Amino acid sequence: MKAVSLRCALQAILAIVFSAAALAEDAGRADMPRGALQAKIEYCKTCHGLSGQGYRGFFPIPRLAGQQTEYIENQLRAFIERRRENSYMYNVAHVLSPATRTALAAHFRGLDAKPLGGAPRGLVAAGRKIYEDGDPETNVPACMACHGPEAKGQEAIPRLAGQLHDYLFNKLMNWSKERGQIPSRPDISAIMLPTSHNLTKSQIAAVAAYVSYLQ
Amino acid sequence: MKLVGSIMAVLALVASAVPSSAGELETVSIRNCTWCHGTSAQGFATAPRLAAQRHQYIENQLLSFRQHTRDNPFSRQYMWGAAANVDPGTARNLASYFSTLPAKAADDGDRELAAAGRTLYENGNPESNTVSCAVCHGPNAEGIREIPRLGGLSYYYLKRKLKQWGEGYHAAAESPMPQIASKLSPDQIEALASYLSFVR
Repeated sequence: MKAVSLRCALQAILAIVFSAAALAEDAGRADMPRGALQAKIEYCKTCHGLSGQGYRGFFPIPRLAGQQTEYIENQLRAFIERRRENSYMYNVAHVLSPATRTALAAHFRGLDAKPLGGAPRGLVAAGRKIYEDGDPETNVPACMACHGPEAKGQEAIPRLAGQLHDYLFNKLMNWSKERGQIPSRPDISAIMLPTSHNLTKSQIAAVAAYVSYLQ
Repeated sequence: MKLVGSIMAVLALVASAVPSSAGELETVSIRNCTWCHGTSAQGFATAPRLAAQRHQYIENQLLSFRQHTRDNPFSRQYMWGAAANVDPGTARNLASYFSTLPAKAADDGDRELAAAGRTLYENGNPESNTVSCAVCHGPNAEGIREIPRLGGLSYYYLKRKLKQWGEGYHAAAESPMPQIASKLSPDQIEALASYLSFVR
């Protein structure tokens, strides 16, 4: 029994190693030498965690592991164009070429870290209810409708599974001050704007706690 | 210099003696710390300021001296002995005591390098893949939880610490610091240590 599960684990590890290698192969087609791209990936991971699992610095630094590539690329562009306000990420992103951004997104999409955890367990049940059913009385749609039943996201809609609860809390509390900052150029972040307003603070804390534990 | 070193080593040994009663423990322990860290815990170039440091950071460091995971030369020489008999409860009490003391900035860096240090602290350098210090240590170098306050620490202390990461010391620390600091150039270290020594 033990031997079997060990073999399964080994196979899983090998699968991960091979898929990571395959992704690195793709990434090698970026417009920078492979060594330079590897250095850039390590630079991202200094803050976002060695497995892309996120990290709690002075600010919660989001998980990138398993994130949708289109979402990552969109956000990097939004930082550069100042549609998304974050001076740290502006600095990081403005030197990255489009091809490098694509390669970085592909790399992080391929990672599968365990959730960092740390959210109050007591909020999970209430969070799950909001995630799955929304709150019709206050005009909150089910998060699941767009982010998917497992919160994996799709295309430009982000994965929420395993995301740091404190990061999600800050983002939803601050949506109108950080996202869509060029009114003449509305972007996809506008979709979340009414919902971020309609959710109460405690609902945000609950739903953030729920998704943060999803694998 | 050598004499000062041996005097401090003796003091560290004296400091590690265990006092008899619990009430005595606290006052004696605090006095044992302030021998080297200063009566108001403002620190010196060798022994860093403890005043206003994050309590979880102090507590963690005391435990890591005990476990010998913080292994740079001064730690081995002074703090391994000094912390050897500090049990977890005492470590917590000492940490919360020192974290509440008011702090003064050391102001001992090179003023001309402070602007460059500030830019590096706040923005990092994306071209050379140097991350922003502020993301983890805070916009005003105030630290948070187990991440230390850096603002106002001595230039000499900061410079030595930043150099030592790159020399392979306390590699066991569970933080991104070994990767970050080992890639800083001597000029970047000079600038950062100078800037931070002036931060209030």
